[in-house]
Amino acid sequence: MRSARLSERPTPDDHETDSMPISDWFKAREQRNYTTPTEAATTSDLPDGVWVRCEGCKRTLYMGDLERELMVCPTCGRHHDLSAPERLAMLLDEGSFEEVDAHLRSVDPLQFTSGKVYSEQVAAAVQRTGLGEAIVTGRATIGGHRAIVGVMDFRFIGASMGSVVGEKVTRAFELALAERTPLVLVTASGGARMQEGMLSLMQMAKTAAAATRLAAAGVPYIVVLTNPTMGGVTASFATLGDVLIAEPGALIGFAGPRLVEQTIRKSLPKGFQSSEFLLEHGMIDMVVDRRELKDRVALLLSYLTAGDE
Amino acid sequence: MEFERPLDELEDKLASLKHLDVSEQPDLAAEIAGLEAEIARLHETLYAELTPWERVQIARHPERPKTDDYLQALFTDVVEVHGDRLFGDDESVFAGFATLQGRKVAVLGHRKGKNTTENVRRNFGSPHPEGFRKAERLMHLADRFGMPIVSFLDTAGAYPGLDDEDRGQALAIADCLAALSSVRVPVVVVGIGEGGSGGALAIGFGDRLIMLENAYYSVISPEMCATILHKDARRASETSACLQLTADDLVRLGLADAVVAEPRGGAHRDPEMVFDGVRTALSAALESLSAVDRATLPDTRYERLRRIGEVAGG
Repeated sequence: MRSARLSERPTPDDHETDSMPISDWFKAREQRNYTTPTEAATTSDLPDGVWVRCEGCKRTLYMGDLERELMVCPTCGRHHDLSAPERLAMLLDEGSFEEVDAHLRSVDPLQFTSGKVYSEQVAAAVQRTGLGEAIVTGRATIGGHRAIVGVMDFRFIGASMGSVVGEKVTRAFELALAERTPLVLVTASGGARMQEGMLSLMQMAKTAAAATRLAAAGVPYIVVLTNPTMGGVTASFATLGDVLIAEPGALIGFAGPRLVEQTIRKSLPKGFQSSEFLLEHGMIDMVVDRRELKDRVALLLSYLTAGDE
Repeated sequence: MEFERPLDELEDKLASLKHLDVSEQPDLAAEIAGLEAEIARLHETLYAELTPWERVQIARHPERPKTDDYLQALFTDVVEVHGDRLFGDDESVFAGFATLQGRKVAVLGHRKGKNTTENVRRNFGSPHPEGFRKAERLMHLADRFGMPIVSFLDTAGAYPGLDDEDRGQALAIADCLAALSSVRVPVVVVGIGEGGSGGALAIGFGDRLIMLENAYYSVISPEMCATILHKDARRASETSACLQLTADDLVRLGLADAVVAEPRGGAHRDPEMVFDGVRTALSAALESLSAVDRATLPDTRYERLRRIGEVAGG
């Protein structure tokens, strides 16, 4: 039996396009057929990605079952990482998403060449993910509530924040402010994008400033922290929300666990920097199972907009 | 510093020769003169074209003037405030009030120590969450009472400790960014040494950024960048060039407004010269901002941030 690593699972589209509009992605997803395995089926007949191994309990799972559970392991409850299109599909009302700023692309302002050539790294990420950058933003409804939404995709250079991610996040704040519509951001990020140097560090200040202006205007801002949200993203817009939600078992923090371990020269306690750890330390409002997330966000939106009625 | 080693060796040799009795060895005078000339030549070439990595080493020099030195040299009537009202007082961050040439300001600064004892107390200038929360408290005080904020940057970064994560290091930094973006008073930042990532940025952006010639400001330390990219911290020389972290780089990127010249070899060679330079640049910045209507400052600051970053298809 062949099983693909979950992080390497193929996207539903077989043709890799430069940038597939999100609406097409949903269509491709619907058109996808799963073959029910039969006893006659042999290993070689199975396409990659039909069977996957759970990263939590290591059990082999049928991809169709896992997808029905929104990529949450039915046995151990492990929440596997979602791509941005998968996240939009599970969180938003069907057909409600209208993408904005889809055309923004990263440039290589520092001509960064140490290690991989940055411009080539970006081009490869665009090719591999079908996304323009590490965040998708737009207008949508969630359980009937209008919202501006943004979803980060860790597959795109670790969803690190460079100029484009910072700009799209800032524009999402500004759109929410201009339309006085609540903002919902789903974060996942390794932190600042070092290949853009100080320009990327300053995106922390830029996005935090935009978040502050939205807060001052009294427009709600909900954050869903997903695995992993670290570094400069956690230390800027991702923790400035009115309500902070985290998915179970997500790694959330400032310094990476390996760096902390090297610093204190001791092994880390179990569950360090997990969602549950943050909840216990009073840093976030709630940990919500992905299968209840949409309803919870919708309910919160109804509370946070109650004053408008 | 490592790149100064050839110079150190010559200077040691010269010192040992000078101990000898010239009258007994007639050749010695000529040898000393030759050495002195060689040292002078090396002085010229060694510091003429400093690499970014050499500047990082100068920025980290243990004798480099620190926030406390600037407080003493530039300001009068310094009053320090303490504590975050939640957990403790972090000595790696200075917060207080001071007077600069008759102008009353709020002062923030990362605080490295002069010796090991001081450095242990001050955590080598790497703040804990309570340090950032103290800084945030001062930002709000400055805002309410109309005092401009002057902030001195000199940190390797926010401390990556276990307890720091427990107490919300990321949230403490984010709250500083939010506060600094919205204060209705001028904010002038001076990079005096190290500008290490989020820990520097928390008190490190505003209406003007002044950089010392050999100070650096970077998204990540060159060593950490080299470790991530090459699994080899010794390639920091290469990554420090790629990161574009020097004062001149920051001016070119449109992030810094002024550069204060340092004496050859770094600020520690002649602190008075650097104090004069910083005093002049700081006064000019505060003066130019004093004419601005305070209520408009957050919008102007936002516009300044808004322009940062390069994108295509925008």
